[in-house]
Amino acid sequence: MEQFSQLLDDLYFTNSTKAKEAILADYLRKTPDPDRGWCIAAIAGTLRFDLFKRSLTKKLMSSRMDPFLFDVSRDYVGELSETVALAWRPSKDARRLNQLPSLSDVIEEFTSRDKAGISTYLIELLDNMTPPQRWALLKLGTRGLRIGMSARTVKRTLANMKNVELAVIEELWHGLEPPYLSLFSWIDGRTDIPDISDVLTYSPVMLAHPIEDKDFARISPETHTAEWKFDGIRVQLAANKTERKLFSRKGDDISHSFPDLLAAVDFEGILDGELLVKPDGQIGRFNDLQQRLNKKKPSKAIMEKLPAYLMVYDLLSIEEKNLKHESLTTRREELTTLMRDRNKDRFSVSELLDFTGKKDLEQLRVQASETGGLIEGLMIKDKASTYVSGRPKHAWYKWKRDPFLLDAVLMYAQRGTGKRSSYYSDYTFGLWGEDGNLLPIGKAYFGFTDEELKDIDKWIRNHKLKRFGPVQEVKKELVFEVAFDSAHLSPRHKSGYALRFPRIHRIRWDKPANEADTIDAVAALVGG
Amino acid sequence: MNAQAEKWMQVKPEGLYCVPADCYIDPHQAVKRAIITHGHADHARSGHKTVYATPETLAIMQVRYYTAEDTEEISLTYGQRQDLGNGVTLWLAPAGHILGSAQAVLEYEGQRVVISGDFKRHPDPTAKAFEVVPCDVFVTEATFALPVFKHPPLEDEINKLIRSMETLPERTHLVGVYALGKCQRVMLALRAGGYSHPFYIHGALKRLTELYESFGFDFGDWQLVSEIAVKDRDMLRGKIVLCPPSALADRWSRRMLDPLPTMASGWMQIRARARQRRAEMALIVSDHADWDDLIDTALATGAPDVWITHGRVEALEYALKQHGIRAKALNLIGRDEEND
Repeated sequence: MEQFSQLLDDLYFTNSTKAKEAILADYLRKTPDPDRGWCIAAIAGTLRFDLFKRSLTKKLMSSRMDPFLFDVSRDYVGELSETVALAWRPSKDARRLNQLPSLSDVIEEFTSRDKAGISTYLIELLDNMTPPQRWALLKLGTRGLRIGMSARTVKRTLANMKNVELAVIEELWHGLEPPYLSLFSWIDGRTDIPDISDVLTYSPVMLAHPIEDKDFARISPETHTAEWKFDGIRVQLAANKTERKLFSRKGDDISHSFPDLLAAVDFEGILDGELLVKPDGQIGRFNDLQQRLNKKKPSKAIMEKLPAYLMVYDLLSIEEKNLKHESLTTRREELTTLMRDRNKDRFSVSELLDFTGKKDLEQLRVQASETGGLIEGLMIKDKASTYVSGRPKHAWYKWKRDPFLLDAVLMYAQRGTGKRSSYYSDYTFGLWGEDGNLLPIGKAYFGFTDEELKDIDKWIRNHKLKRFGPVQEVKKELVFEVAFDSAHLSPRHKSGYALRFPRIHRIRWDKPANEADTIDAVAALVGG
Repeated sequence: MNAQAEKWMQVKPEGLYCVPADCYIDPHQAVKRAIITHGHADHARSGHKTVYATPETLAIMQVRYYTAEDTEEISLTYGQRQDLGNGVTLWLAPAGHILGSAQAVLEYEGQRVVISGDFKRHPDPTAKAFEVVPCDVFVTEATFALPVFKHPPLEDEINKLIRSMETLPERTHLVGVYALGKCQRVMLALRAGGYSHPFYIHGALKRLTELYESFGFDFGDWQLVSEIAVKDRDMLRGKIVLCPPSALADRWSRRMLDPLPTMASGWMQIRARARQRRAEMALIVSDHADWDDLIDTALATGAPDVWITHGRVEALEYALKQHGIRAKALNLIGRDEEND
């Protein structure tokens, strides 16, 4: 437990992802099984159960500490686990442990005990721990570990340890369970790669390159297809005789959020497609889809209001047959046959668009931009291409419609991290509201060159107003032309809207702030 | 409430005021007569006509230009009694906060009020240890007055830093410390922990460090970062560079090679505060009393009345009342949260 807590602290305070990976790799090399497996499960979020409930932590704390003092402490710290970790005072007659149990002992004890036993064990551990160790335990136990390290970074660390492509780990990942003994035994070189042939797993997806002018010379209706690029989330649906699973593009299992879609699966195979929702029988906007993302258990009401729907692009395998090495043309044929008699409310095959030359494609792209963000642009694919994970050259192209642009006013700035830690490089900008006040609409930290960053940094230092902790308010005088992919409603933002993928397009040193755009400009984009 | 004490000790816009002596304690505006508990900027200000303070505090005020040629400086060693007129007697007792820090003890018509200023109970070789003075009214700070604040031993935090220099010898360990008090305490603790290289310091820390040396403290070798040529900056890797907190994430830090920003402060106990500072290492080093010490100290004075000047007033007031003490918040303005 000591080493685990130390590791979490080190990761928490380290900014650079590379350094985090190095720290984790070092821990994984030094730590025996099964502790290291439980550790990556905790970080990557693959633990199946809470070891204890948050409510138990709260209850124990309230028996140790005056409720009023606890409430003011928690208000100040802002978070339950850390408050308990810091404010917990060991009881005078606590049993003293000579050393803390190992991470795996802790997990085993909690999972084997009954309710009363869990409570006694938690007290004993808290009584014997330092504040950082308590924090680690509470975060582990309630699966709330947020140390700025994603599951993907964990996988990349493992890939680097074994000197294999990330895709190899991604493919294995969902076929394995904590504490990942077979995985580490393979990484150590003691055994062969784990066999996961009987489990449904994620196959890393094929991605497209942004199209460039010179690419058009290669493209013709004989050699290429054109499809709409929908604005949902890219997913992979895998089904065999016993199981059905939905994976995000990063390989996260998101099945629990979309039981309605998976219930409609009556075939075996792996589909590649765009996850969308269909309110009132029409394809919904990203804003609608968002209400269904990250729901552990969606309610019946929301599933009826916003039924999940898959726009299928590709077929990777059918029953036992792997199609990845077949041409796109063959895969599409198989796909069309497979999907012929399926539930039309849940599945459709992405339509191929007619075109003869670049002119037609340009026209289609304009059409896409008139769908109010529903369609992001075009996908142009080589008919002969096989399905290759990653981003192979000249196989698939994406041609996004032009981004939306708005002139927004810089309101607040924050320093960056790592190399940028002495520069104001995170910008919050706003649009004018009806009453003449600026309403924050988004944040961006890229889109500018290093030279421009220096200029903006200097401007900010010369136009400071108040400071709120790390946030520096500036005079409302600098206009950014902000590019973004779409806008949607967001109750979390004061303005009521949020932008998707905002970036600084141009710095309008010349433009007076009062000529920047108003919030109505975004309202118009969101529409109904 | 202690009606008698409230007659002769009052809160005015300028700060806490002793009526019969016509004298303020740590006023945040210029006044005729001021008792200054210690040299931090939120307690010591410039422009007072007459200043009562310890010799060390007066020296600090001179270095910081808080006193001028025409300031009347009345130097009081710890325990030395001073008649303030109209029957008021003042003496100063050690507060353990920084060099020269004092509690102001005021006696009038058989009553004794002790104004602690900022104080701590943890050991600190740069400050004379806090002395409990029995009194009728104890005036306390409440900077870290929440049960979540329990300051760890300084040695543990210093060891964290020393360990890090061993495991990350390629990184310049940039430690943010307040110029007065924290800087010198951390330097001495590092020496005690076995750190033997010269300290490299930011120019803003120079004058006060020299002042401490004039009072006999020995920090070993130290050198200004500005005196090291750009081509030699490599030598700072794996070494300690001390700077004020504001320089950690400022343009100044750009001249360091592969810096590891570290912040030494009592606030570092709260993770989010440490992250806000962009600190990659957080050392919990506080010159204030933590929660348990605040309560134990107030109880030890035996004062039936405790007045609370600044900080997390609400929690301390509540907790002291539970111990049967008449606690009340003075809500003094102008205290700076950053000098912890």
